[in-house]
Amino acid sequence: MFKTFYFGIALGLLGAFVLTYSVPVVDLHREPSLISVRPNGGNAETYRIDLPRDRILVGLAGVDNALPAGLDWPEEALFGDLQTEMFKVRDRNDVVIGVASRLASASEAIGAFIEWTVHLPARGTVYLQMDVAPSAEGHRNGRLVAGTREFETLSGTVIEQYITDFKDEDLNVDGRIELITAFVGQLSDEE
Amino acid sequence: MKYLVSMLIGVLLGVFLFVAGMYYNPFSERQAVSPLAMLDDERLDVTYTAVPGETILYTDNGESIISTHPDRVAELWEPAIVDTRIAVNLLTDSRGEAVGLGIKFSSDSEQTRLISSQVLVNSAWHIYVPGQGTLFVDQIENYWSYLREVVVPARWSSGDNWKGSFFRVMTQGPNALGTARVTGGNGNFAGMSGEAVESLTAQAYSAIDGPVSMDGSLTITVPQATSESE
Repeated sequence: MFKTFYFGIALGLLGAFVLTYSVPVVDLHREPSLISVRPNGGNAETYRIDLPRDRILVGLAGVDNALPAGLDWPEEALFGDLQTEMFKVRDRNDVVIGVASRLASASEAIGAFIEWTVHLPARGTVYLQMDVAPSAEGHRNGRLVAGTREFETLSGTVIEQYITDFKDEDLNVDGRIELITAFVGQLSDEE
Repeated sequence: MKYLVSMLIGVLLGVFLFVAGMYYNPFSERQAVSPLAMLDDERLDVTYTAVPGETILYTDNGESIISTHPDRVAELWEPAIVDTRIAVNLLTDSRGEAVGLGIKFSSDSEQTRLISSQVLVNSAWHIYVPGQGTLFVDQIENYWSYLREVVVPARWSSGDNWKGSFFRVMTQGPNALGTARVTGGNGNFAGMSGEAVESLTAQAYSAIDGPVSMDGSLTITVPQATSESE
Protein backbone atom coordinates (compact mmCIF):
# COMPACT_ATOMS: atom_id res chain seq x y z
CA MET A 1 0.00 0.00 0.00
CA PHE A 2 2.91 2.36 0.78
CA LYS A 3 4.34 1.70 -2.66
CA THR A 4 1.02 2.82 -4.16
CA PHE A 5 1.06 5.90 -1.94
CA TYR A 6 4.59 6.89 -3.02
CA PHE A 7 3.68 6.21 -6.62
CA GLY A 8 0.68 8.55 -6.17
CA ILE A 9 2.96 11.30 -4.85
CA ALA A 10 5.27 10.92 -7.84
CA LEU A 11 2.28 10.90 -10.18
CA GLY A 12 0.88 14.05 -8.54
CA LEU A 13 4.23 15.85 -8.80
CA LEU A 14 4.68 14.82 -12.43
CA GLY A 15 1.08 15.63 -13.37
CA ALA A 16 1.22 19.06 -11.76
CA PHE A 17 4.53 19.77 -13.50
CA VAL A 18 3.26 18.72 -16.90
CA LEU A 19 0.04 20.69 -16.44
CA THR A 20 1.86 23.84 -15.29
CA TYR A 21 4.46 23.55 -18.02
CA SER A 22 2.19 22.83 -20.94
CA VAL A 23 -1.07 24.69 -20.27
CA PRO A 24 -0.77 28.44 -20.90
CA VAL A 25 -1.94 30.61 -18.02
CA VAL A 26 -2.75 33.48 -20.36
CA ASP A 27 -4.37 32.80 -23.72
CA LEU A 28 -5.18 36.10 -25.40
CA HIS A 29 -8.02 36.32 -27.87
CA ARG A 30 -6.77 36.97 -31.39
CA GLU A 31 -8.64 38.38 -34.32
CA PRO A 32 -7.20 37.60 -37.75
CA SER A 33 -4.89 40.43 -38.84
CA LEU A 34 -6.49 42.07 -41.88
CA ILE A 35 -3.33 43.05 -43.69
CA SER A 36 -2.92 43.71 -47.40
CA VAL A 37 0.40 43.64 -49.21
CA ARG A 38 1.33 46.86 -50.94
CA PRO A 39 2.60 46.68 -54.53
CA ASN A 40 5.83 48.50 -53.66
CA GLY A 41 6.53 46.42 -50.57
CA GLY A 42 5.33 46.46 -46.99
CA ASN A 43 1.98 45.76 -45.40
CA ALA A 44 -1.03 48.03 -45.14
CA GLU A 45 -3.53 47.80 -42.29
CA THR A 46 -6.46 49.99 -41.34
CA TYR A 47 -7.50 50.72 -37.77
CA ARG A 48 -10.92 52.27 -37.22
CA ILE A 49 -12.40 54.28 -34.39
CA ASP A 50 -16.14 54.91 -34.44
CA LEU A 51 -17.25 58.13 -32.79
CA PRO A 52 -18.64 58.49 -30.26
CA ARG A 53 -19.15 54.85 -29.29
CA ASP A 54 -15.40 54.03 -29.09
CA ARG A 55 -14.42 57.03 -26.98
CA ILE A 56 -13.07 56.17 -23.53
CA LEU A 57 -11.65 59.54 -22.50
CA VAL A 58 -11.70 63.15 -23.60
CA GLY A 59 -9.49 65.23 -21.33
CA LEU A 60 -9.06 68.94 -21.96
CA ALA A 61 -8.85 71.69 -19.38
CA GLY A 62 -11.66 74.23 -19.29
CA VAL A 63 -14.31 72.29 -21.20
CA ASP A 64 -17.64 71.07 -19.90
CA ASN A 65 -18.01 67.97 -22.07
CA ALA A 66 -15.16 65.91 -20.63
CA LEU A 67 -15.62 62.17 -20.94
CA PRO A 68 -16.40 60.05 -18.98
CA ALA A 69 -18.85 61.88 -16.73
CA GLY A 70 -17.26 62.67 -13.39
CA LEU A 71 -13.74 62.95 -14.83
CA ASP A 72 -11.57 65.19 -12.65
CA TRP A 73 -9.17 66.58 -15.26
CA PRO A 74 -6.18 68.66 -14.08
CA GLU A 75 -6.40 72.44 -14.38
CA GLU A 76 -5.21 74.36 -17.42
CA ALA A 77 -2.24 75.82 -15.54
CA LEU A 78 -0.61 72.39 -15.51
CA PHE A 79 -1.13 70.91 -18.96
CA GLY A 80 -2.15 74.01 -20.93
CA ASP A 81 -4.07 73.13 -24.07
CA LEU A 82 -3.09 69.45 -24.04
CA GLN A 83 -5.94 67.37 -25.43
CA THR A 84 -5.90 63.77 -24.32
CA GLU A 85 -8.18 61.20 -25.90
CA MET A 86 -8.44 57.45 -25.55
CA PHE A 87 -10.36 55.07 -27.76
CA LYS A 88 -11.14 51.48 -28.48
CA VAL A 89 -9.66 50.47 -31.82
CA ARG A 90 -11.37 48.28 -34.44
CA ASP A 91 -10.09 46.38 -37.45
CA ARG A 92 -11.50 46.60 -40.97
CA ASN A 93 -14.32 44.24 -39.95
CA ASP A 94 -15.33 46.61 -37.11
CA VAL A 95 -14.19 44.18 -34.42
CA VAL A 96 -12.45 45.71 -31.40
CA ILE A 97 -8.79 44.64 -31.40
CA GLY A 98 -7.12 47.16 -29.10
CA VAL A 99 -7.04 50.54 -27.42
CA ALA A 100 -5.30 53.81 -28.26
CA SER A 101 -4.35 57.17 -26.83
CA ARG A 102 -4.01 60.41 -28.79
CA LEU A 103 -2.17 63.42 -27.37
CA ALA A 104 -2.37 66.79 -29.12
CA SER A 105 -1.05 70.17 -28.10
CA ALA A 106 -0.21 73.52 -29.67
CA SER A 107 2.32 74.24 -26.92
CA GLU A 108 4.82 76.95 -27.81
CA ALA A 109 7.30 75.68 -25.25
CA ILE A 110 7.98 72.36 -26.98
CA GLY A 111 6.22 72.90 -30.30
CA ALA A 112 2.85 71.67 -31.48
CA PHE A 113 2.44 67.91 -31.76
CA ILE A 114 -0.08 65.17 -32.40
CA GLU A 115 0.80 61.58 -31.55
CA TRP A 116 -0.81 58.20 -31.08
CA THR A 117 -0.08 55.09 -29.08
CA VAL A 118 -2.01 52.08 -30.37
CA HIS A 119 -1.94 49.06 -28.05
CA LEU A 120 -3.01 45.71 -29.52
CA PRO A 121 -2.70 43.21 -26.61
CA ALA A 122 -2.04 40.10 -28.68
CA ARG A 123 0.39 41.79 -31.07
CA GLY A 124 2.22 44.78 -29.58
CA THR A 125 2.13 48.55 -29.43
CA VAL A 126 2.94 51.25 -31.97
CA TYR A 127 3.96 54.83 -31.23
CA LEU A 128 3.03 57.19 -34.06
CA GLN A 129 3.81 60.84 -34.71
CA MET A 130 1.63 62.91 -37.00
CA ASP A 131 2.26 66.08 -38.93
CA VAL A 132 0.34 68.89 -37.27
CA ALA A 133 -0.80 70.46 -40.54
CA PRO A 134 -3.20 68.38 -42.67
CA SER A 135 -2.21 67.48 -46.22
CA ALA A 136 -3.85 68.98 -49.28
CA GLU A 137 -6.10 65.90 -49.42
CA GLY A 138 -7.41 66.68 -45.95
CA HIS A 139 -5.74 63.89 -43.97
CA ARG A 140 -2.67 63.91 -41.74
CA ASN A 141 0.51 62.09 -42.57
CA GLY A 142 2.67 60.54 -39.90
CA ARG A 143 5.31 57.94 -39.20
CA LEU A 144 6.05 55.02 -36.94
CA VAL A 145 8.48 56.16 -34.25
CA ALA A 146 8.65 52.96 -32.20
CA GLY A 147 6.99 49.57 -32.02
CA THR A 148 7.00 46.65 -29.64
CA ARG A 149 6.91 42.87 -30.18
CA GLU A 150 5.34 42.26 -33.62
CA PHE A 151 6.06 45.87 -34.62
CA GLU A 152 9.52 46.16 -33.09
CA THR A 153 11.56 45.85 -36.28
CA LEU A 154 9.16 47.70 -38.55
CA SER A 155 9.28 51.21 -39.93
CA GLY A 156 6.79 53.06 -42.04
CA THR A 157 4.14 55.67 -42.40
CA VAL A 158 0.59 56.28 -41.27
CA ILE A 159 -2.34 58.35 -42.43
CA GLU A 160 -4.94 59.76 -40.02
CA GLN A 161 -8.22 60.71 -41.60
CA TYR A 162 -11.57 61.74 -40.19
CA ILE A 163 -14.61 60.50 -42.10
CA THR A 164 -17.71 62.58 -41.46
CA ASP A 165 -20.09 60.97 -43.92
CA PHE A 166 -20.19 57.68 -42.03
CA LYS A 167 -23.26 57.51 -39.82
CA ASP A 168 -25.15 54.68 -38.15
CA GLU A 169 -27.76 55.65 -35.58
CA ASP A 170 -28.27 52.06 -34.44
CA LEU A 171 -24.60 51.78 -33.51
CA ASN A 172 -24.38 55.33 -32.14
CA VAL A 173 -21.85 56.34 -34.80
CA ASP A 174 -21.72 59.76 -36.44
CA GLY A 175 -18.11 59.85 -37.57
CA ARG A 176 -15.03 57.70 -37.89
CA ILE A 177 -11.28 58.10 -37.49
CA GLU A 178 -9.14 55.86 -39.66
CA LEU A 179 -5.48 55.16 -39.13
CA ILE A 180 -4.03 53.58 -42.26
CA THR A 181 -0.59 52.17 -41.62
CA ALA A 182 2.00 51.10 -44.19
CA PHE A 183 4.80 49.26 -42.39
CA VAL A 184 7.79 47.48 -43.81
CA GLY A 185 10.30 45.18 -42.14
CA GLN A 186 14.00 46.00 -42.08
CA LEU A 187 16.34 43.89 -44.15
CA SER A 188 18.71 41.84 -42.05
CA ASP A 189 22.47 41.74 -42.75
CA GLU A 190 22.16 38.21 -44.10
CA GLU A 191 19.76 39.39 -46.76
CA MET B 1 -10.24 0.02 -2.45
CA LYS B 2 -7.53 0.97 0.06
CA TYR B 3 -4.99 1.03 -2.77
CA LEU B 4 -7.15 3.47 -4.68
CA VAL B 5 -7.54 5.71 -1.63
CA SER B 6 -3.83 5.68 -0.86
CA MET B 7 -3.08 6.43 -4.52
CA LEU B 8 -5.52 9.34 -4.46
CA ILE B 9 -4.07 10.75 -1.24
CA GLY B 10 -0.60 10.37 -2.73
CA VAL B 11 -1.57 12.23 -5.90
CA LEU B 12 -3.13 15.07 -3.89
CA LEU B 13 -0.04 15.27 -1.69
CA GLY B 14 2.17 15.30 -4.79
CA VAL B 15 0.19 18.18 -6.30
CA PHE B 16 0.31 20.02 -2.96
CA LEU B 17 4.08 19.55 -2.69
CA PHE B 18 4.54 20.80 -6.24
CA VAL B 19 2.43 23.91 -5.65
CA ALA B 20 4.18 24.60 -2.34
CA GLY B 21 7.58 24.19 -3.99
CA MET B 22 6.58 26.56 -6.77
CA TYR B 23 5.17 29.12 -4.34
CA TYR B 24 8.13 29.08 -1.96
CA ASN B 25 10.72 28.72 -4.72
CA PRO B 26 13.82 30.33 -3.20
CA PHE B 27 15.28 31.01 -6.63
CA SER B 28 12.37 33.16 -7.80
CA GLU B 29 12.99 36.71 -8.95
CA ARG B 30 13.45 39.15 -6.06
CA GLN B 31 15.04 42.18 -7.67
CA ALA B 32 14.80 45.11 -5.26
CA VAL B 33 17.58 47.33 -6.63
CA SER B 34 17.09 49.33 -9.79
CA PRO B 35 19.57 48.45 -12.56
CA LEU B 36 19.73 52.20 -13.24
CA ALA B 37 20.84 53.03 -9.69
CA MET B 38 24.52 52.82 -10.59
CA LEU B 39 24.31 54.99 -13.69
CA ASP B 40 25.41 58.61 -13.64
CA ASP B 41 23.03 59.63 -16.44
CA GLU B 42 20.60 62.44 -15.87
CA ARG B 43 17.33 60.95 -14.66
CA LEU B 44 13.68 61.82 -14.54
CA ASP B 45 12.08 60.39 -11.39
CA VAL B 46 8.31 60.47 -11.17
CA THR B 47 5.82 58.80 -8.88
CA TYR B 48 2.11 58.10 -9.23
CA THR B 49 -0.64 56.57 -7.17
CA ALA B 50 -1.29 52.90 -7.86
CA VAL B 51 -4.68 53.04 -6.12
CA PRO B 52 -7.17 53.00 -9.02
CA GLY B 53 -9.73 55.20 -7.22
CA GLU B 54 -7.12 57.95 -6.85
CA THR B 55 -6.05 58.02 -10.50
CA ILE B 56 -7.51 60.34 -13.13
CA LEU B 57 -8.98 57.31 -14.87
CA TYR B 58 -8.78 53.55 -14.47
CA THR B 59 -10.61 50.94 -16.47
CA ASP B 60 -10.50 47.20 -17.06
CA ASN B 61 -12.99 44.49 -18.06
CA GLY B 62 -15.27 45.41 -15.14
CA GLU B 63 -15.13 41.94 -13.58
CA SER B 64 -12.10 42.32 -11.34
CA ILE B 65 -12.33 43.23 -7.65
CA ILE B 66 -10.97 46.68 -8.53
CA SER B 67 -13.61 49.30 -9.31
CA THR B 68 -13.22 51.35 -12.46
CA HIS B 69 -12.84 55.11 -12.02
CA PRO B 70 -14.78 57.30 -12.69
CA ASP B 71 -17.83 55.07 -12.33
CA ARG B 72 -19.16 55.61 -15.83
CA VAL B 73 -15.96 55.00 -17.76
CA ALA B 74 -16.25 52.53 -20.65
CA GLU B 75 -15.18 49.02 -19.68
CA LEU B 76 -12.86 46.89 -21.78
CA TRP B 77 -15.15 43.87 -22.14
CA GLU B 78 -14.50 42.98 -25.79
CA PRO B 79 -12.66 39.61 -26.15
CA ALA B 80 -9.47 41.10 -27.63
CA ILE B 81 -9.00 43.61 -24.79
CA VAL B 82 -10.54 41.72 -21.89
CA ASP B 83 -7.09 41.17 -20.32
CA THR B 84 -6.09 44.82 -20.70
CA ARG B 85 -6.09 47.63 -18.15
CA ILE B 86 -5.69 51.37 -18.68
CA ALA B 87 -4.65 53.89 -16.03
CA VAL B 88 -4.29 57.62 -16.58
CA ASN B 89 -2.05 59.06 -13.89
CA LEU B 90 -0.83 62.40 -12.69
CA LEU B 91 2.95 62.07 -12.41
CA THR B 92 4.54 63.88 -9.46
CA ASP B 93 8.09 64.66 -8.45
CA SER B 94 9.74 63.89 -5.10
CA ARG B 95 8.03 66.93 -3.51
CA GLY B 96 4.61 65.75 -4.62
CA GLU B 97 4.17 68.41 -7.27
CA ALA B 98 2.58 67.41 -10.55
CA VAL B 99 5.12 67.27 -13.38
CA GLY B 100 3.38 65.27 -16.09
CA LEU B 101 0.67 63.01 -17.35
CA GLY B 102 1.11 59.29 -17.92
CA ILE B 103 -1.18 56.85 -19.69
CA LYS B 104 -0.39 53.23 -18.95
CA PHE B 105 -1.68 50.32 -21.03
CA SER B 106 -1.13 46.90 -19.43
CA SER B 107 -2.00 43.51 -20.87
CA ASP B 108 -1.38 40.06 -19.45
CA SER B 109 1.45 38.36 -21.32
CA GLU B 110 1.27 34.95 -22.96
CA GLN B 111 4.88 34.46 -21.84
CA THR B 112 3.62 34.03 -18.25
CA ARG B 113 5.12 30.86 -16.70
CA LEU B 114 4.18 30.11 -13.11
CA ILE B 115 6.72 27.31 -12.97
CA SER B 116 9.53 29.85 -13.32
CA SER B 117 7.89 32.53 -11.14
CA GLN B 118 7.01 34.68 -14.13
CA VAL B 119 3.66 36.48 -13.99
CA LEU B 120 4.34 38.80 -16.90
CA VAL B 121 2.53 41.88 -18.12
CA ASN B 122 3.28 43.80 -21.31
CA SER B 123 2.86 47.48 -20.61
CA ALA B 124 3.35 50.73 -22.45
CA TRP B 125 3.45 54.27 -21.09
CA HIS B 126 2.53 57.34 -23.14
CA ILE B 127 3.96 60.26 -21.17
CA TYR B 128 3.68 64.04 -21.49
CA VAL B 129 5.95 66.31 -19.46
CA PRO B 130 4.96 69.98 -19.88
CA GLY B 131 7.82 72.14 -21.09
CA GLN B 132 9.94 69.08 -21.93
CA GLY B 133 8.14 66.80 -24.34
CA THR B 134 6.64 63.36 -24.81
CA LEU B 135 7.95 59.85 -24.22
CA PHE B 136 6.99 56.28 -25.00
CA VAL B 137 8.05 53.55 -22.58
CA ASP B 138 7.80 49.88 -23.51
CA GLN B 139 8.31 47.30 -20.77
CA ILE B 140 7.71 43.78 -19.53
CA GLU B 141 6.77 43.61 -15.85
CA ASN B 142 6.82 40.64 -13.51
CA TYR B 143 4.07 40.59 -10.87
CA TRP B 144 5.11 37.30 -9.22
CA SER B 145 6.53 38.95 -6.08
CA TYR B 146 3.52 41.24 -5.82
CA LEU B 147 1.11 38.30 -6.02
CA ARG B 148 3.09 36.17 -3.59
CA GLU B 149 3.86 38.81 -0.98
CA VAL B 150 0.79 41.04 -1.14
CA VAL B 151 -2.22 39.59 -2.96
CA VAL B 152 -2.10 35.97 -1.71
CA PRO B 153 -1.40 36.92 1.95
CA ALA B 154 -4.36 39.34 1.77
CA ARG B 155 -6.63 36.52 0.58
CA TRP B 156 -5.36 34.17 3.27
CA SER B 157 -5.84 36.79 5.97
CA SER B 158 -8.97 36.41 8.08
CA GLY B 159 -9.57 40.14 7.65
CA ASP B 160 -9.20 39.92 3.86
CA ASN B 161 -6.43 42.49 3.89
CA TRP B 162 -2.67 42.87 3.94
CA LYS B 163 -0.61 45.54 5.65
CA GLY B 164 3.12 45.75 5.54
CA SER B 165 5.98 47.06 3.52
CA PHE B 166 6.52 45.90 -0.04
CA PHE B 167 8.97 47.34 -2.54
CA ARG B 168 9.97 45.73 -5.82
CA VAL B 169 11.33 46.68 -9.18
CA MET B 170 8.59 45.43 -11.49
CA THR B 171 10.38 45.97 -14.81
CA GLN B 172 12.01 42.86 -16.22
CA GLY B 173 12.63 43.83 -19.83
CA PRO B 174 12.74 44.00 -22.77
CA ASN B 175 16.32 45.34 -22.52
CA ALA B 176 19.07 42.89 -21.61
CA LEU B 177 19.71 44.48 -18.20
CA GLY B 178 16.06 44.14 -17.26
CA THR B 179 15.18 47.72 -18.07
CA ALA B 180 12.38 49.22 -20.13
CA ARG B 181 12.94 50.76 -23.56
CA VAL B 182 12.30 54.50 -23.81
CA THR B 183 11.70 56.39 -27.06
CA GLY B 184 11.57 60.17 -27.14
CA GLY B 185 8.66 61.72 -29.01
CA ASN B 186 8.46 65.49 -29.15
CA GLY B 187 10.08 68.53 -27.58
CA ASN B 188 13.43 68.05 -25.88
CA PHE B 189 13.06 64.28 -26.12
CA ALA B 190 12.61 64.19 -29.92
CA GLY B 191 14.74 61.58 -31.66
CA MET B 192 16.20 60.21 -28.45
CA SER B 193 16.24 56.83 -26.75
CA GLY B 194 16.87 55.69 -23.20
CA GLU B 195 16.02 53.22 -20.45
CA ALA B 196 13.56 53.15 -17.58
CA VAL B 197 12.63 51.12 -14.54
CA GLU B 198 9.28 50.99 -12.78
CA SER B 199 8.89 50.00 -9.15
CA LEU B 200 5.99 49.47 -6.80
CA THR B 201 5.70 50.37 -3.12
CA ALA B 202 2.74 48.97 -1.19
CA GLN B 203 1.60 49.44 2.39
CA ALA B 204 -1.96 48.10 2.34
CA TYR B 205 -4.06 45.85 0.09
CA SER B 206 -7.61 44.62 0.43
CA ALA B 207 -8.70 41.28 -1.01
CA ILE B 208 -12.13 42.86 -1.50
CA ASP B 209 -11.30 46.26 -3.01
CA GLY B 210 -7.74 45.87 -4.32
CA PRO B 211 -4.88 48.32 -3.61
CA VAL B 212 -5.50 50.60 -0.60
CA SER B 213 -2.13 52.29 -0.14
CA MET B 214 0.21 51.82 -3.06
CA ASP B 215 2.50 54.00 -5.16
CA GLY B 216 4.41 53.40 -8.33
CA SER B 217 7.50 55.16 -9.50
CA LEU B 218 9.24 55.47 -12.82
CA THR B 219 12.92 56.23 -13.19
CA ILE B 220 13.76 57.28 -16.72
CA THR B 221 17.27 58.00 -17.89
CA VAL B 222 16.82 61.21 -19.81
CA PRO B 223 16.94 59.95 -23.37
CA GLN B 224 20.17 60.29 -25.32
CA ALA B 225 20.29 61.28 -28.98
CA THR B 226 20.06 58.26 -31.28
CA SER B 227 23.10 58.18 -33.54
CA GLU B 228 22.60 58.27 -37.30
CA SER B 229 24.41 54.96 -37.71
CA GLU B 230 21.64 53.22 -35.82
